[in-house]
Amino acid sequence: SSPLRSCRGAAPGAGRAMNCRAEVLEVSVEARQVEEAMLAVLHTVLLHRSTGKFHYKKEGTYSIGTVGTQDVDCDFIDFAYVRVSSEELDRALRKAVGEFKDALRSSGSDGMGQISLEFYQKKKSRWPFSDECIPWELWTVKVNVVNLATEQERQICREKVGEKLCEKIINVVEVMNRHEYLPKMPTQSEVDNVFDTSLRDVQPYLYKISYQITDSLGASVTTTMRRLIKDTLAL
Amino acid sequence: QTVQVIVQARLGEKICTRSSSSPTGSDWFNLAIKDIPEVTHEAKKALAGQLPAVGRSMCVEISLKTSEGDSMELEIWCLEMNEKCDKEIKVSYTVYNRLSLLLKSLLAITRVTPAYRLSRKQGHEYVILYRIYFGEVQLSGLGEGFQTVRVGTVGTPVGTITLSCAYRINLAFMSTRQFERTPPIMGIIIDHFVDRPYPSSSPMHPCNYRAGEDNAAVYPSVEDSQEVCTTSFSTSPPSQCVFTVTKAHFQTPPPVVTDTLKVPVMGLAFSHQLSSSRLSYQPAALGVGSADMGYPVLFAGGLNAAHPHQLMGPGKEGGVPPVPSQPAHGTQADQERMCTPLDGGHYSAATPSSSEDTETVSNSSEGKCGSPRDLLETIFIRKVGAFVNKPINQVTMANLDIPFAMFAPKNVELEDNDPMVNPPESPDTDSPLQGSLHSEGSSGSSTGNTHDDFVMIDFKPAFSKDDILPMDLGTFYREFQNPPQLSSLSIDIGAQSMAEDLDSLPEKLAVHEKNVKEFDAFVETLQ
Repeated sequence: SSPLRSCRGAAPGAGRAMNCRAEVLEVSVEARQVEEAMLAVLHTVLLHRSTGKFHYKKEGTYSIGTVGTQDVDCDFIDFAYVRVSSEELDRALRKAVGEFKDALRSSGSDGMGQISLEFYQKKKSRWPFSDECIPWELWTVKVNVVNLATEQERQICREKVGEKLCEKIINVVEVMNRHEYLPKMPTQSEVDNVFDTSLRDVQPYLYKISYQITDSLGASVTTTMRRLIKDTLAL
Repeated sequence: QTVQVIVQARLGEKICTRSSSSPTGSDWFNLAIKDIPEVTHEAKKALAGQLPAVGRSMCVEISLKTSEGDSMELEIWCLEMNEKCDKEIKVSYTVYNRLSLLLKSLLAITRVTPAYRLSRKQGHEYVILYRIYFGEVQLSGLGEGFQTVRVGTVGTPVGTITLSCAYRINLAFMSTRQFERTPPIMGIIIDHFVDRPYPSSSPMHPCNYRAGEDNAAVYPSVEDSQEVCTTSFSTSPPSQCVFTVTKAHFQTPPPVVTDTLKVPVMGLAFSHQLSSSRLSYQPAALGVGSADMGYPVLFAGGLNAAHPHQLMGPGKEGGVPPVPSQPAHGTQADQERMCTPLDGGHYSAATPSSSEDTETVSNSSEGKCGSPRDLLETIFIRKVGAFVNKPINQVTMANLDIPFAMFAPKNVELEDNDPMVNPPESPDTDSPLQGSLHSEGSSGSSTGNTHDDFVMIDFKPAFSKDDILPMDLGTFYREFQNPPQLSSLSIDIGAQSMAEDLDSLPEKLAVHEKNVKEFDAFVETLQ
């Protein structure tokens, strides 16, 4: 297998590839709802962008594993969503969202930020150039953290955010339903350029999650941090 | 698969399936969607071997049925086909993958419509039922201003499939009006109620409901419904749905959902409701089309859709003879035992709690499990989990949300379900049942039915620390026992609640503690 190489990627939103479509969702939530709201959206996206594990056979055909799903109830939001049954994937997302949440909290900003989920393909380049990462779909969730004073407001917020998330899920599904560009099904040698094969039970498309915290001026601060959940350690 | 996803999403429980890296042959679309056999059966039956075509869509109707028999359509999921063919799609796996995506979208969307939350809370006051039909989409039952969400479309060389959901927005429950509307629909469903024509039982429902509006009616006590439920169970035809639903109708006053009420307590019976809602299907043209392998899961099989009772297999004709047979209490034990080994998944975990529930509520509940015959039992078991947990968690009316605002007047929070009080209509029910109900009720409510304000939980500290109360325990108990009797005897006080089982728990404990005292005294006299 090819050694891990760092990936020259495009900045989020700057779709280098011509076919990178970008979707933006916005939510206003309480601080304690950030995690669940992000997980709900990200998991829903990944549910649609994951397949079972591929098992290549001799003649160039492959069989696909099965993707299980499970329902997740939110504790702080009147909402439930479906995610892929993969603990590894869930852990990865939780880690990213956790970092985002911490950054939001500690940034001292007004509590505005965004988290991005980008699907990309790797394109191998000849030495000395490292591989290119070409995004083909980018999901951005903009978050606005609100602070509520009374319990009643919080209760209302629970319901409202739940309803909002329902709308967001519908939006996500609408986009998914357009059946726009998806990478071609790869051959065995190419599978790692399209899919994340490091998970044991499911196989999402290659993705990376990054986030930005916006300061009160609305500009994106230098704390643009790129979190690579998958491999791509720097050389 | 579509139907499976939809129905499973309305079971009221959380679904969890595992991903496996090695595919098993039966996982269509590479998604782990368990197949509930009766749902498959229903779907096949409705489809009768045909594929959807223009004007012939496959529809899954999700409706809600309250303990009083009122029902309301919540959603209609439609799988439609139009003529627009996508000839460009030549590669079949593209279609396959898109269908897989469609199912994933369906998984996501089914959790997002309002009915999901309702279905998670089903149990005491209402149940969610489903019905599969094949034909023209009927959206009239959804009330005004219903919204539509499109789950997805997939173009194929033979047409474009569209899966969408129309869901009700207006959840205000219009009782009598609703009810008047139902008979026509029930007309279609009439097959389902195997032995009793629905119309005969309809007169009952308005009474029930109106009574409710007057604040006088009470939800049939859990015991009541249980008895009724049990009865029907024992004699009902194999088709689960048939008897849960029919039974309710035919046993009358305790409306269909009555069963359901209990069901949560019973766990098993409940499962019927879900399946039982199949109130028929349009008499789709019977055809034995060969299922196109392109959509094997959805449209396989050509079954005779003629008889509702054939729903679940060995159709035993006939509906629910009103034989007030004693609930097969004994069988319940068997039933429960069967529950556990059957479905190793999260379902079985619920079984133990169901036994708890039955204890708290009343013995009559036990009969419930017993009656269904083996075929049903098997199927029930899978759903034990679906409803058993519910009653524990959502016992009070307080948990009901907006849709039942209309019921608010009579559903005061923390109302006790008074087993002593029979719904006015219930005199019609078989008297033996009532008799047993009463006895059940009295035992349950003798010390129970204390006003919830008198939190029985406080009893225990009081009991153990005499010095706190400047009165002796006898007086204390007498005091506490009297009020409940009064309230239970006065029908006017609609002090009913769905929290009967939970509330009766401290009461029963108090009773037992009281008995312990007497027993101790007795033992002392022996020495």
